[in-house]
Amino acid sequence: MWKRTYAWLDERLGLNELYRNLLDRPEPKGSWWNTLGSASLFLFVLQGVTGIFLTVYYTPSPDHAYDSVQYIMEGVAFGWLIRGIHHWGATLMVIVVFVHLLRVFVTASFKYPRELTWLIGIGLFLATLGMGFTGYLLPWNQRAYWATTVGTQIAGTVPFIGDFILKTLRGGPDLSALTLQRFFSAHIWIIPAVLAGMIGIHLYLIIKHGESHWPKKED
Amino acid sequence: MFDSKELSRREFIKVTTGIIGGVIGLALGLPSISYLIDPALREGGKDAWIPIGKLEDMQVGKPYQFSFTRVQVNGWERTANSFGGYALRKSEEPNDLLILNSRCTHLACTVNWREDASAYLCPCHDAKFSLEGEVLDGPPPRPLDRFAEHRLTEDGTIEIFFKGA
Repeated sequence: MWKRTYAWLDERLGLNELYRNLLDRPEPKGSWWNTLGSASLFLFVLQGVTGIFLTVYYTPSPDHAYDSVQYIMEGVAFGWLIRGIHHWGATLMVIVVFVHLLRVFVTASFKYPRELTWLIGIGLFLATLGMGFTGYLLPWNQRAYWATTVGTQIAGTVPFIGDFILKTLRGGPDLSALTLQRFFSAHIWIIPAVLAGMIGIHLYLIIKHGESHWPKKED
Repeated sequence: MFDSKELSRREFIKVTTGIIGGVIGLALGLPSISYLIDPALREGGKDAWIPIGKLEDMQVGKPYQFSFTRVQVNGWERTANSFGGYALRKSEEPNDLLILNSRCTHLACTVNWREDASAYLCPCHDAKFSLEGEVLDGPPPRPLDRFAEHRLTEDGTIEIFFKGA
């Protein structure tokens, strides 16, 4: 019964083909260092899921942001768990993505024909940092407020266009409700959309070119 | 599968991954569901017996004013609602009480007992209620609401039953 159902689905969806191409593709001799990209993808999905769950209670307004986070931590069943995973997952994701980047650099996996995979990977790393930067403001506590004050000031020191960048980031000359709202928007819509798109291309390129082999002495 | 002598390395990895993944999935999935439905599992406003005053302070035939506040908690927001009313002893009998809610039945202004008019007057639209809460004049659609349940405690305090929202 199950086999016939599967055969029916496979005929129409091409499941076996998908499985062969995505999960059962030939690989060079593995190393744990080669798993960091998958780990990054897993963390992205985990952050996405826990983040969506957090928006059920979180309110991006100066009047409510702090209280709603306190409520998630103390009032809601398992709120501490969901936010805890999102909090530590964020830190872990920055580390894992960065170590992944280092590994690709050290093994020279960015060379022909994988230059674009590498460049998009750099974009993914920067977007991950952007997620960290925008997400840090959302709890709207003292640390978040002043970290963003300083962070946007640093961006404001760019010659000539610094003031423009600072106002664009803050939504005005000062940190305000507009800043919180646009950081929230960037954190849950803009950067995740960019990330998802780039991940799609990144994965396509990896599947197309396969993984690079570990360099030998002769290389 | 486990009967065969040769459980291949590949099979072992598959089964182990499945089991560990399933355990982690359950450990995160069940709390997530609980997280989502948490507000539905909470009790709303709580019913309570509210003391409104000593029986000995209430004179027969003269409305005794009282007020109290209830706090409603929704998530991280606390809303305090004020309530008030008049207790009227109709006779010396301790339980022969009529307890009116001073919320006008027209547009919810607070009515006041006026001794000179022998009536409850509403400041908003000149509504007028009798000592028993019946409409005498003005726009209200029905008599003043009553706190139906009340009791006398051992130390002589009158308590009314307040139904939580």
